[in-house]
Amino acid sequence: MSEMRTPVPDAPSLGELLAAGRAVPGHRPWPRAVVDVDDWGLAAECLTQGSVTLLGLWGEAEAVHMALLDEPAAAIGVLSLSCPEGRFPSVGELHAPAIRLERAIQDLFGLEATGLPDARPWLDHGRWGFRRPLGNAERAAGAAPPYPFLPVEGEHLHRIPVGPVHAGIIEPGHFRFTASGETIVRLEQRLGYVHKGIEGLMTGADLARGAELAGRVSGDSAVACALAFARAAEAALQVEAPRRAQWLRALMAELERLANHFGDIGAICNDAAFSLMHAHCGVLREQVLRAADRSFGHRLMRDVVVPGGVAHDLEPQGAAAIAAMIAEARRRFPPLVELYDNTASLQDRTVGTGILRPALARRFGAGGFIGRASGRGFDARRAMGYPPYDELEFLVPGLEAGDVDARVWIRIREVEQSLGLVEQILARLPGGPVREEIATAHAVHEGMALVEGFRGDVLAWLRFDASGRIERCHLRDPSWFQWPLLEAAIEGNIVADFPLCNKSFNCSYSGHDL
Amino acid sequence: MALMPDLLAQFLQMALVLALAPLLTGFVRKLKGRLLRRRGPPVLQPYRDLLRLLRKEVVLAENASWLFRAAPYLIFATTWVAAALVPTFATGLLYSWSADLIAIIALLGSARFLLALAGMDVGTSFGGIGSSREVMIASLAEPAMLLIAFTVALVAGSTQLSTVAAFMGSPEVGLRVSLGMAAIALVMVAIAENARIPVDNPATHLELTMVHEAMVLEYSGRHLAMIEFASHLKLLLYVSLIACLFVPWGLAPHGAGPAAFAAGAAAWIGKLAAGGTLLAVFETAIAKMRVFRVPEFLGAALMLGLLATLLMFVSRSL
Repeated sequence: MSEMRTPVPDAPSLGELLAAGRAVPGHRPWPRAVVDVDDWGLAAECLTQGSVTLLGLWGEAEAVHMALLDEPAAAIGVLSLSCPEGRFPSVGELHAPAIRLERAIQDLFGLEATGLPDARPWLDHGRWGFRRPLGNAERAAGAAPPYPFLPVEGEHLHRIPVGPVHAGIIEPGHFRFTASGETIVRLEQRLGYVHKGIEGLMTGADLARGAELAGRVSGDSAVACALAFARAAEAALQVEAPRRAQWLRALMAELERLANHFGDIGAICNDAAFSLMHAHCGVLREQVLRAADRSFGHRLMRDVVVPGGVAHDLEPQGAAAIAAMIAEARRRFPPLVELYDNTASLQDRTVGTGILRPALARRFGAGGFIGRASGRGFDARRAMGYPPYDELEFLVPGLEAGDVDARVWIRIREVEQSLGLVEQILARLPGGPVREEIATAHAVHEGMALVEGFRGDVLAWLRFDASGRIERCHLRDPSWFQWPLLEAAIEGNIVADFPLCNKSFNCSYSGHDL
Repeated sequence: MALMPDLLAQFLQMALVLALAPLLTGFVRKLKGRLLRRRGPPVLQPYRDLLRLLRKEVVLAENASWLFRAAPYLIFATTWVAAALVPTFATGLLYSWSADLIAIIALLGSARFLLALAGMDVGTSFGGIGSSREVMIASLAEPAMLLIAFTVALVAGSTQLSTVAAFMGSPEVGLRVSLGMAAIALVMVAIAENARIPVDNPATHLELTMVHEAMVLEYSGRHLAMIEFASHLKLLLYVSLIACLFVPWGLAPHGAGPAAFAAGAAAWIGKLAAGGTLLAVFETAIAKMRVFRVPEFLGAALMLGLLATLLMFVSRSL
């Protein structure tokens, strides 16, 4: 993959790109504009120059949408291109991060991305029984077509197919390694094994059903996905969740982050056969989950965040349970950090392994610990400043090294910040109602939201039809831009280090395959 | 020489190693669990696992050759014979006159050779990776082991383990630099040979990092039971070997009565427990090393063995 080109001084800004098109009324909170083919291409050009970052690219039956982020200005805009002919100019042709998104659009909607350098199917493995399920669906005939992996040439190269079923209890994904001895020359991923058709289920669902579906996109990000959906729905319907609900949502989001980061820190060390960290971090994770269970009635806090607020208030004993857990974590975590830092054999494995260069992280708009370990400090909590984070004090840690060690350290620092955030929230939790009733709207509304999950920024975009049902909802997991980076980061490493790198990325299969 | 008691002692030893080998593994696993604040699996779990595997049906790859089917039994047999040759609770066992330390190394080498072949037999990529890594490890572990044998032989004047053990237990050994080096080298080789952390992780589920486990991925049922049993035996063998060479106290001398045998057995079990405890603590405190660090690790063992041997030529008293 080539380095980012230097920005051209006269590259149009996000505002100019939006102004060039026809603004769509009723799209909140950020503007959406319908553009023509030329401006669509211009936007792709801007992406390659790095003046804007790709946040999402998704389809509809006869249109494609592209969400762009202007990082310095923290501005977001959506460009739409209607494609009645069933094709649109490929963004992936110029800007690699869009390739898989466009392959998914081709699979789901049958819209052709002209010029797409890699036109192989992505989510569709030929086993759904029909093609283009969200577009002009038709029954698929015959057996699944073979999937050609990228060709590799050279002497002494051998291929190692791994998965989709693995020896451990993890999600399915296929990894095709080409190695020269132990050194990885190329890794090619194949995903889509856990495609659940969530976007298809969303179409025609009512608000409550949509919120349930969103919470089931990725089990470990139940809060983040539900929150993104709820905020997008609230934006579309111009409802604001009560203040207490917003604080409770942040409390849940931070608990989710804590649980996952504890789990990840331990699991990364365990992949280097250092099970001591795994055991101790596992205890911490379990304590977070139990506190969540006692506070919100569900270990993963599923179905608690709903459009309009939260389903129910904090249980009476919840605040005490969380406070006790935080105190315990504050006591137990620092010695573990010291253990990580002082175990030379562990450091030998993590330092310098799986380096992701900052330029690539920027280009792909990598969020979460992956981006922040490679110099991209974007955090939706800080950049978008959605409530209550605008009132809370926290730091966004950042490192430049981009190796496994850096990703562990970002997690450690984020755990510390989240502990502080939970303490602040508990101390200043406002009173009042926790849910605003949402009346069914009878007009077309569009809304979107960007929230920070533990992996990175989750994007939600939806449109209600005139009957108040969901016409189209797209949830973009941060993993879409992180999975391809794993392919890049692993190059030149040894085969035996892949599990370590993979765990340090910890991308979602379920959230990606949707 | 009274043949019957000797034969009896020898058979007792062979039965004992067989009976205790899974227990040692179970003990190490239990201890590791406790060190990780877990309850740990029951100490007898390895026996149950073996029984379960023996009862299970064997699933063979379509292209598995006779070698793939025969290898587990050969591996088990050679390892068992090797384990029978190491003085555990008594020296001067009947078979030990016919085979020495070098024979034990050769037997274990044959078992490894067969396992590496079997790993490649079915032609899966993991088996191939495992075999290639195993042979890379062996290419350094085996010479190191031979150098250790030479050092010990130069000190004791024999490669015959009963004689060596008797010499090591006698006061004329004294403190020797060579023996210290050989002891360290032997521990390093033992860790590598038994696929323990930091060289390999016996508990991993990550196909790509495995060495020993990758070779046996395609095995199931009684074949897997044989291979697992052989690994248990090998661990017991190495702990016994280290104990016999460097802490030979408590070994019953040749021709001793039942009381001495019982004392020897108790001492042996104590040594096994001590060895198992040290192993569990060591494994908990360290992460696995990169595959390409293993040659450095074993290279150090090889150098220690070489230095120990060379020192013997510089001065007989070092």
